[in-house]
Amino acid sequence: MYPAHLRYTEQHEWVQLEGNLATVGITDHAQKELGDIVYVELPKTGSHVEAGKACGTVESVKAVSEIYSPVTGEVKEVNSSLAENPEWINQEPHGKAWMIKVSLATPSLPDSLLTAEQYEEYVQQEKGG
Amino acid sequence: MADPATSTLSLRKTALNETHRRMGARMVDFAGWEMPIEYSGIVTEHMAVRTRAGLFDVSHMGEIEIEGSGALPLLQKVTCNDVFKLQVNQAQYSGLMNERGGMVDDLLVHKFAENQYFLCVNAARREVDFAWICRHNDTGARVRNTSDDYTQLALQGPRSVAILQPLTSVNLPELNYYWFIRGTVCGVECLVARTGYTGEDGFEVYLPVSESEKIWESLLEKGKPEGLLPCGLGARNTLRLEAGMLLYGHDMDEETTPLEANLRFLCKLEKGPFLGREVLLRQAQEGIKRRLVGFEMKDRAIARDGAPVWSQEQLIGKVTSGSHAPFLKRNIGFGYLPTEFSKVGQQIFIEIRGTRAAAQIVSTPFYRRTRT
Repeated sequence: MYPAHLRYTEQHEWVQLEGNLATVGITDHAQKELGDIVYVELPKTGSHVEAGKACGTVESVKAVSEIYSPVTGEVKEVNSSLAENPEWINQEPHGKAWMIKVSLATPSLPDSLLTAEQYEEYVQQEKGG
Repeated sequence: MADPATSTLSLRKTALNETHRRMGARMVDFAGWEMPIEYSGIVTEHMAVRTRAGLFDVSHMGEIEIEGSGALPLLQKVTCNDVFKLQVNQAQYSGLMNERGGMVDDLLVHKFAENQYFLCVNAARREVDFAWICRHNDTGARVRNTSDDYTQLALQGPRSVAILQPLTSVNLPELNYYWFIRGTVCGVECLVARTGYTGEDGFEVYLPVSESEKIWESLLEKGKPEGLLPCGLGARNTLRLEAGMLLYGHDMDEETTPLEANLRFLCKLEKGPFLGREVLLRQAQEGIKRRLVGFEMKDRAIARDGAPVWSQEQLIGKVTSGSHAPFLKRNIGFGYLPTEFSKVGQQIFIEIRGTRAAAQIVSTPFYRRTRT
């Protein structure tokens, strides 16, 4: 069920690479765990994000959770529609609710990122554990 | 994204625990109890209660029964409201007090009969309250912690009467707000009270533990055409906050007085001696130094419990309850502030993840239902 063209983190972000531009969002599993999302705080265009470091927050009615950047680079674009429509993250987490586009120094993703299959397995394990 | 660590070992369970799990509720640890936090989602459940109806298992709440000729004097001594004014079949919101004027708990006192009272207390406080009342029992009253004898269900929302009436022997239109009566629900002897913690019309039903599943399921089935949804404690919290109702342990505790907590209407200072009365009298005369206020965020951000509150460069207080309000679609909360900063319209700043977000003090309740 997790799109095969995306890569995933154990903190439940997804990333898609096109050229040297990486699009980042949170996964369907993440939005389900959080519940109704009502607020999102994203980094500003032009800011620097680092792989594994917090770069924003997403809040549901009941919880706050940090977003960890899967990649290192400069934020080129921010999905500003999410400020007005945070519920998109519940509706289409892998689609129109993308969060930031990051320009990378080299057109490659960190090896530590999971494939869809590995992520699916990881989520199942986490649920079971 | 990081998952909250959850352990469900050694948590207490209500009689409906298996039912909640089977029905797909998300369970969490709440005050030592494994309770449903949400079924279909907090916003969906919140809106169901505001517009139709919701059903909550609140069996974690405690019950304490006090009987005998010493019951009234004992209750008069440990609570701040005037139990003498309470009539048979009437319920009263009150505070269980300590000598410092602080609140050991907030509670509902129901008068069963002359010399017979039934208290509904918070889950996290039931043992503390029971011990406190026993400690102050110098009137020979019989005090029993009967918490394990009852399942408590809260049916809340504008469709509550329509849902419950076909299942109960009680003539619901005759049951006024803050009154209760014994009657049957689904043929089972229950206590039906027109009380609640959501800001909507509704009922709290106390029933024998053995009948829990039958009544829970009958209500849900009967309520389905009316839009009734099973609800969790997540929606219960957003509903009570939006309705301006306080949560013990957050918005008041042993160190805050009811006057500071904006519960002046609970304090019957003229009723005679009770625990903490001198402190309250002094505060009433000299004025209070801090007050619980409601605020609304002006900047886009949600203040959470514990967030520091600033005015200019001065740290003036902290948030005691804060959330998104699903019906109002605003971000609101409560906090204690020095009296000089407590006026409606006062601008304040709330520190959220290192940034100060603007907020304004507003009058409460944030939401008030239109009565029909």
